[in-house]
Amino acid sequence: MTAFHSVVIVGGGGAGLRAAISIAESDPNRSVAIVSKVYPMRSHTVSAEGGAAAVIAPDDSLDEHAYDTVSGSDWLCDQDAVEAFIDEAPKELLRLEHWGCPWSRQPDGHIAVRAFGGMKRKRTWFAADKTGFHLLHTLFQKALSYPDIVRYDEWFATTLLVDDGRVRGVVAIELSTGRIETIVADAVIVCTGGCGRVFPFTTNATIKTGDGMALAYRAGAGLKDMEFVQYHPTGLPFTGILITEAVRAEGGWLINKDGYRYLQDYDLGTPTPGPVLRSMELGPRDRLSQAFVHEQEKGRTIDTPDGPIVHLDLRHLGADVIDAKLPFVRELCASYQNIDPVHELVPVRPVVHYMMGGIHTDLHGATDLTGLYSAGEVACVSINGANRLGSNSLPELLVFGARAGEAATAYAAAAHTAGPTAAIEAQGRDEQRRLERELARHDGAGGPRPDRIADIRTGMQEAMESGAGIYRDQRTLRTAIDRIRELKQRYAAAVIDDHSRTFNTELIATLELSGMLDVAECIVDSALRREESRGAHQRTDFPDRDDDRYLAHSLIHRQPDGEARVSYLPVTITRWPPGQRVYGR
Amino acid sequence: MADHDTIAVEVTRYRPEQESVPAPQCYRVPLRKEWTILDGLNHIKDRLDGTLSYRWSCRMGICGSCGMTVNGEPKLACSTFLTDYAPGSIRVEPMRNFPVIRDLVVDISDFMAKLPKVKPWLIRADEDEQEDGEYLQTPEEKEAYQRYSMCINCMLCYSACPVYALEPTFLGPAVIALGQRYNLDSRDQGAEDRRDVLASAEGAWACTLVGECSVACPKGVDPAGAIQRYKLTAATKSLKEFLLPRGAR
Repeated sequence: MTAFHSVVIVGGGGAGLRAAISIAESDPNRSVAIVSKVYPMRSHTVSAEGGAAAVIAPDDSLDEHAYDTVSGSDWLCDQDAVEAFIDEAPKELLRLEHWGCPWSRQPDGHIAVRAFGGMKRKRTWFAADKTGFHLLHTLFQKALSYPDIVRYDEWFATTLLVDDGRVRGVVAIELSTGRIETIVADAVIVCTGGCGRVFPFTTNATIKTGDGMALAYRAGAGLKDMEFVQYHPTGLPFTGILITEAVRAEGGWLINKDGYRYLQDYDLGTPTPGPVLRSMELGPRDRLSQAFVHEQEKGRTIDTPDGPIVHLDLRHLGADVIDAKLPFVRELCASYQNIDPVHELVPVRPVVHYMMGGIHTDLHGATDLTGLYSAGEVACVSINGANRLGSNSLPELLVFGARAGEAATAYAAAAHTAGPTAAIEAQGRDEQRRLERELARHDGAGGPRPDRIADIRTGMQEAMESGAGIYRDQRTLRTAIDRIRELKQRYAAAVIDDHSRTFNTELIATLELSGMLDVAECIVDSALRREESRGAHQRTDFPDRDDDRYLAHSLIHRQPDGEARVSYLPVTITRWPPGQRVYGR
Repeated sequence: MADHDTIAVEVTRYRPEQESVPAPQCYRVPLRKEWTILDGLNHIKDRLDGTLSYRWSCRMGICGSCGMTVNGEPKLACSTFLTDYAPGSIRVEPMRNFPVIRDLVVDISDFMAKLPKVKPWLIRADEDEQEDGEYLQTPEEKEAYQRYSMCINCMLCYSACPVYALEPTFLGPAVIALGQRYNLDSRDQGAEDRRDVLASAEGAWACTLVGECSVACPKGVDPAGAIQRYKLTAATKSLKEFLLPRGAR
């Protein structure tokens, strides 16, 4: 079967919903559809906790937000993108307010803002510590007011259709029935989020498997800055559940096994009882996660069955502040760690949280493949460079979701083509046959015990953690890439138990894993070639930043023969020439 | 693995291509104190039987995907721990009151179709320009609807609701609570627009005040309270309309 929409959005989280609303508002006659592997309100935006940054306070300025973002990125962001982002972020957050988002308020009724890591002003809007949840539900409910937004809920997009160098739609499989459909479009926007599940220990939901990155990469689009993987310094040790940076913004301390606020030893400032902006616990995430590794090397972390940990101390904040500003943190600590942060220390360790890299786009969400757009974590504009500041990702998905929606609408109007071409129909049939083969994977031969999907996934995750973690070098990265390539071969022979067409989650996991193996390879390949240390990419064999060679974005493309090719793009600098990142002084 | 290190998990299986009726299947999973029901199911899926189907995503009680019936009670699998049931066995069934698609996966399209009926978005007579800044709202005004804004759409309340079990046309606890969430928002002026639906026979009046929804809710939303409050408002309003001339309402 074939369906047609003017614009198809893959992914129904914050960026996808924002793009859909922007299209529905700008052109009610334009057919827009969202293809999402989960119901939109299940999307991972829901898990964001701490807040969304945008200049609104009278003592703040656009330039200061821009400087914090540029220096936080270790100068790898594109400054024209940052300026557009900073300028539009307040408007987007106000728009959400007008749509009903329950932002936390000051006593006089104005929006309240809190401090956040790497920001020298209080500018992070928040809805207690469930900001992503409220933002996503507000967007989803607002989207319900546009009945013309067609939704393919619980449909998994398996490939992009490309004809004559132009993206013309997707093939997707409906989970509940196994139906495979060719969905033709004049433009496609990929908004599928990150790929934290490539690693074993992550804050990310199980759905964060880099699907959109793999879709775009396989179709020929470039992935940018894939070596930059953000570790959040504070995850719960067994589950990896995020304990928000807002804990430290409200005054929480990070202490080692001796009860010592160890960040003072890593050029992040001197400890004071209350929080100080751009200092100590309010330093940037890359630096804080790196400091943890050094503490571990010095034997000053605490060994537990779930790995080495340090402690977050919130006890001095008191129950009133914790309940008013951090109720979800208290709930999560009680449920998953069996502790009460009002009276007890919270064990934490660094955890994979966010991809700075992603599908290469311009300021309007356009990729280097005609007809393909992208926004949100899956994309790389780049405003985040080598290290994203906490609370910049929610406004990013709004600003660039809206921009991608507008640009895709304009493109679709100009490039409209009636009906699918013969080539597109043929690709749809080929993809259908490929999926039928995946569904039929059997262990017919009775040889040695074949791999299960989970075996290969676990192998990939271990390879990534040991080879491409917080600190890397040529040897660990080479080992990782060899292991990923070996796993790809084993993947081809792996079996699945489930051959049903009805809600076959094992088939979906198999397709996700195939994409993750490609994404993992891109991360390692890009990391191998960047022979410097910058932001979240730390090479022990190249410990310094090297602006002469690497003040540039890496760009990885898949060649027709399947091999990857890495090239470099210059960084756009407008007003802030490269300088030193200074925190705490 | 010794028996005391494991726990029996009896899962309801239903594969429409294979079984004509749902039937239980028993697995043994490691009994670890950190493990939730969801971890147990993931162990089954990854190590024992790849054919078991269920929904999950965030594993931190916020995405609302993994509602199930655990030993007869509506629960989020990611927030319910294996050790709470040791040394006995655990029976995991799909949520009640929904058609089963497969195994633990139920069809929620009825809920999804009801959601837009209460117009769950901010309605204003005239929308202010954003350049004029935010609509002011004091912390107290926010508090008035805050609780009802915490719903994660997990649908455990529908699984628990005896009215929904008998009357599938009933809007149900979460949808009515969401309507109330906007009605009680000081920025909203849409209560009249929602009245036809909320005050209809399928709306708040269908509720018989059993209160099971509020017991089942994992997020403290208290849909039963929202419904009661709505009935009171609606009743007062009808009485006023009956007693007072139009201008004085």
